[in-house]
Amino acid sequence: MRKQILTLTVESNTDAGDGMSVLTLSGPDCPAMLPGQFVEVEVPGAGVLLRRPISVFDSDTGRLSLLVRAAGRATDVLAHIQPGTALSVVGPLGRGFAMDGRRPLLVGGGVGLAPLYLLARRYSAQGVRPRLIAGFRTAPSQLLKDLYARYAEVTVCTDDGSEGIRGNVCAAPALQHIDADMVQVCGPLPMMKAVAGAARTAAVPCQVSLENKMACGLGACLCCVENTTTGNRCVCTDGPVFNINELTW
Amino acid sequence: MVNLTVDLGGLRLKNPVLTASGTFGYGHEYADFMDLSALGGIIVKGTTAEPRQGNPYPRMAETPSGMLNAVGLQNKGVEHFATEIYPTLHGLGTEVIVNVSGSSVAAYCAAAERLADLGKIHAIELNISCPNVRQGGMAFGTDCTAAAEVVGAVRRVWPRHLMVKLSPNVTDIVAIARAAEDAGADSLSLINTLLGMAVDVERRRPALSTVTGGLSGPAVRPVAVRMVWQVAKAVKVPVVGLGGICSVRDALEFIMAGAMAVQIGTANFVNPRIAADIASGLADYCRRESLTSLDEIRGVV
Ligand SMILES: Cc1cc2nc3c(=O)[nH]c(=O)nc-3n(C[C@H](O)[C@H](O)[C@H](O)COP(=O)(O)OP(=O)(O)OC[C@H]3O[C@@H](n4cnc5c(N)ncnc54)[C@H](O)[C@@H]3O)c2cc1C
Ligand SMILES: Cc1cc2nc3c(=O)[nH]c(=O)nc-3n(C[C@H](O)[C@H](O)[C@H](O)COP(=O)(O)O)c2cc1C
Ligand code: FES
Repeated sequence: MRKQILTLTVESNTDAGDGMSVLTLSGPDCPAMLPGQFVEVEVPGAGVLLRRPISVFDSDTGRLSLLVRAAGRATDVLAHIQPGTALSVVGPLGRGFAMDGRRPLLVGGGVGLAPLYLLARRYSAQGVRPRLIAGFRTAPSQLLKDLYARYAEVTVCTDDGSEGIRGNVCAAPALQHIDADMVQVCGPLPMMKAVAGAARTAAVPCQVSLENKMACGLGACLCCVENTTTGNRCVCTDGPVFNINELTW
Repeated sequence: MVNLTVDLGGLRLKNPVLTASGTFGYGHEYADFMDLSALGGIIVKGTTAEPRQGNPYPRMAETPSGMLNAVGLQNKGVEHFATEIYPTLHGLGTEVIVNVSGSSVAAYCAAAERLADLGKIHAIELNISCPNVRQGGMAFGTDCTAAAEVVGAVRRVWPRHLMVKLSPNVTDIVAIARAAEDAGADSLSLINTLLGMAVDVERRRPALSTVTGGLSGPAVRPVAVRMVWQVAKAVKVPVVGLGGICSVRDALEFIMAGAMAVQIGTANFVNPRIAADIASGLADYCRRESLTSLDEIRGVV
């Protein structure tokens, strides 16, 4: 898919709880992007130089949604951006998730849930309703639960036990006895490693989406490399999604 | 009619805008965003005689108006370049210049010698900011004798245009520039990155795996403009200016300070079309100012 510099308009910014916001952007040139791909967003007024990589949360021709957690200078500005603002977005970037699971188990933690929404939606369109284990620090907003419940069977885990299973995603029964032909994960690194370990033990193929720090997002600068079984590879072009057997963990 | 062509000591460029090594891959990475033939030239990734894995992650940290990098010359080696990359570079419609690095004089020469077989590579850019392993890791580019030695040795094995890229991590940039010129450089490019460091205070650790790294971006521009101005006055060979160029205005700063051409680096990450935009913007500027060529303003300060 051709990479483009798109100028998109913020249509809405909805609070999704726990410091997260759902941004909906639109622009006539915006192509439909794939689950697990990302865009590089230029953030005006944040006093930062480089664009920020953000996953595709939802996408159709002419429309792109992002799930953003305020985690620093640029994401603080993005999470509070006003409708009507124009944003420069480079994308679509990277290689996303495989879509060949027939009984996929999706696992997401916090803002790492972002790419799993479009993944679940695309699976549904193929007639597959995936299961999703969603980990949060504290009870998630109704908005997020409703969004994900449209396309997946959702199990919620919270660190503080305020909703669903107390503890991290590994406490979910579906991860203790994996009954799936594909596990697809995005979230904090320790969580992804734990889930990858469980999938490996159960001998089920597993894909993870990495969030290495990036400068260009285009495969030009070699800043984002991950050490793999075939040497250093760029997360921005060879990933961000990798099969765990390609990684050294 | 505006004439943007420049003669860089025998190397003719259609316009003075080049892309800086390590920031533009092999050009293909940016082909979706621009017609690469709009550029004066592309300076490809640092190439070494042997393959290099580069440094461990993390390799990048953003800093005020700039970034630190510690990529560490990751590349698949000159032989891979010659057999796999070179054939894909034909027909780009722009000059392709290879940035050459090494940790010994012999390694620089081995890479340059192999590149000499590749007839469509009309120029190399010798990156003398690399540590000289024999001399305890001190960069070739920070010592006049070492700089002259490596430039002279490569001069004997490389038959075409030899651009030498200077390190700003020196007290007297003019002395190094003169040493490189005397040893046979056809042009000088400057600056490479400034040695810097950042600490991740949350984690109480250096931000980069290598602790220190190279600073680039708008933060270094005033240092770069000053050095280009000093060197352009002191040498006869053409000077290519770079360091933090993000706009036509920034490019003009370097040209007015005496640069024959400019390179665009970190700005490619922010706006992947910027190099082509600056090339066309320079033509617009000439039209607006009723200049027939940039010679009329070059070195005016
Ligand atoms: C492929 C990819 C997809 C991503 N998708 C999303 C998404 O959908 N939603 C979302 O909110 N965030 C996402 N991120 C993370 C997001 O890019 C970072 O949180 C953001 O770059 C931080 O910028 P900042 O200016 O807000 O923080 P800064 O002020 O630059 O830094 C604040 C803190 O965040 C840390 N940080 C900086 N960059 C990253 C990074 N890339 N990964 C993890 N920590 C980082 C810094 O070390 C620092 O501790 C993604 C990252 C990648 C690489
Ligand atoms: C990620 C990155 C990789 C680089 N790699 C090289 C390299 O391989 N060889 C080299 O001579 N310079 C390299 N440089 C330095 C740039 O070519 C340039 O000299 C420097 O970044 C200053 O220009 P800028 O501020 O416009 O980026 C690199 C810079 C960056 C940011
Ligand atoms: S971020 Fe530049 S190569 Fe991946």
